[in-house]
Amino acid sequence: MFQVRIHGRGGQGVVTAAEMLSVAAFYDGRHAQAFPSFGSERTGAPVVSYCRIDLRPIRVREPIADPDAIIVQDPTVLSLPGVVSDLAPHAHLILNSSRPLAELVAEPWAAAVTTQAIDVVPAGEIARQHIGRPLPNAALLGAFAGLTRQVSLDGVEHAIRAAFSGAVADANVVAARAAYAHVATSKDQSRVAAG
Amino acid sequence: MLLQVEGSQAVARTVGACRPEVICAYPISPQTHIVEALSRLVKSGDLLPCEFVTVESEFAAMSVAIGASAAGARAYTATASQGLLYMAEALFNASGLGLPIVMTVANRAIGAPINIWNDHSDTMSMRDSGWLQLYAEDNQEAADLHVQAFRIAEALSLPVMVCMDGFVLTHAVERVDLPEQDAVDAFLPAFEPRQVLDPAEPYSIGAMVGPEAFTEVRYLAHLRQLDALVEVPRVAAAFAGAFGRASGGLIKPYRLDDAETVVVALGSVLGTIKDTVDQLRDDGVPIGVLGVTTFRPFPAEAIRKALRSATRVIVVDRALSAGMGGVVAADVRGALADEHVRVYDVVAGLGGRPITTASLRAMLRAAVADALPPLTFLDLDIDVVEAQRRRPDRP
Repeated sequence: MFQVRIHGRGGQGVVTAAEMLSVAAFYDGRHAQAFPSFGSERTGAPVVSYCRIDLRPIRVREPIADPDAIIVQDPTVLSLPGVVSDLAPHAHLILNSSRPLAELVAEPWAAAVTTQAIDVVPAGEIARQHIGRPLPNAALLGAFAGLTRQVSLDGVEHAIRAAFSGAVADANVVAARAAYAHVATSKDQSRVAAG
Repeated sequence: MLLQVEGSQAVARTVGACRPEVICAYPISPQTHIVEALSRLVKSGDLLPCEFVTVESEFAAMSVAIGASAAGARAYTATASQGLLYMAEALFNASGLGLPIVMTVANRAIGAPINIWNDHSDTMSMRDSGWLQLYAEDNQEAADLHVQAFRIAEALSLPVMVCMDGFVLTHAVERVDLPEQDAVDAFLPAFEPRQVLDPAEPYSIGAMVGPEAFTEVRYLAHLRQLDALVEVPRVAAAFAGAFGRASGGLIKPYRLDDAETVVVALGSVLGTIKDTVDQLRDDGVPIGVLGVTTFRPFPAEAIRKALRSATRVIVVDRALSAGMGGVVAADVRGALADEHVRVYDVVAGLGGRPITTASLRAMLRAAVADALPPLTFLDLDIDVVEAQRRRPDRP
């Protein structure tokens, strides 16, 4: 089983991202379970969502405490408790930011992070370019597909087209492809030892 | 149709496939997505002929469902938490009048203090309302149980509550094979009411019954609930034949062969419990799980048979009867009164606290070592409790 946690702020599409990821996995023939952290979500408040992906049916329903990957839509939540503190050394940390990785990992949150697999994806910037608004979901899912291979880019495109239609869907698909291509070319340079 | 879909949407579309004629709706979290989805289906014309009635309260929702059902319509509503409590008086009327209404309850805690998260306090508090109560383990079963619920309700002339864990199931997106319209139509014939209120031929239902016959009326209601113990597995078997998968029924045994220790629970926690039990089995612990799908009527005989060779039974309750303990545990203990078995009561997951494999594993390890108290509150922070008890009363 591959377990993903998505962190961001209310209004950024954190819950939708987990749902779309599960739909992508479903199109790939996997079992997937997506669910939000159930609270009184308010715009701007920290929000968490979860997605499990497996070859077998998924029965467990607890929140994900030991993720294989964390997607962070908004780096301002990185310093909050419970975001990256339980990240295992093997786990992926995918950050939406236009700032350089070296600058991000110099911040205090990175001190406790043991994983080497930190990738920065300018998902907001990619979205602004292709969708016209800084909605990072599609780009982050494209990057996730490229970095973890847990879902295919095809699956992500299916998930985008299931959620959106027309020109909006097309623009999101382009953003996902751009992010997928971005991590394929920049992956090696962006990985540094953190902490 | 195989879909990756939110639990609420799966239930709404399945209820739609059951061709309800009247849907009464009053929003309350975490049930709201269900009636919202149904309102869109009605508005789009996909559900015609169906009247979608937005009402001013849950009491009105159930009252409209009662009126619609008594007038011969297949009636549906959904609620949760305080909403279910606000319906309480009407719930007893629906069952007393023998009206086959189907209602989804997206299980949620009851205040005060205010809590919007999941536990079973709401439906457990309506345990004695005369409604059948079916508990879904996952969203596939939540969808399937609605198809079965209409058939059971109409066969017995009794209302049925389909209970699904709020948020945990209603807001979870997972794979569901949605029952197809033609298969539902074949499985669930059009509603043929036993009696219909008709202005052209007026008569009363639910009129006063005095001491001379009230006991008999109640005894008849009890017998009809016992009939459900036959009807529920019959419908589940017919469903398995028609749809090719097991859903519903009275109980769900899991790895009970040679199990000395058995965990009894209902609802979505069964998945997490099964994963935990698999881990313990890998370590050589003879342990199994008994899921209770039908809680009312209570399948005491089926539970007794399933637990025949167990020496230790742990009931995980997602509700508390303050001053007593777990609600399900009390019934299980009653069913096993003549057996040589210790029944442990574990109250867990109140007000949305996650029930984790780690906590379940530690609790079950203690139980197997005979070190579990008769009543346990899983993950209780005793320091918080003791600080409150030490606090001096205000002057």
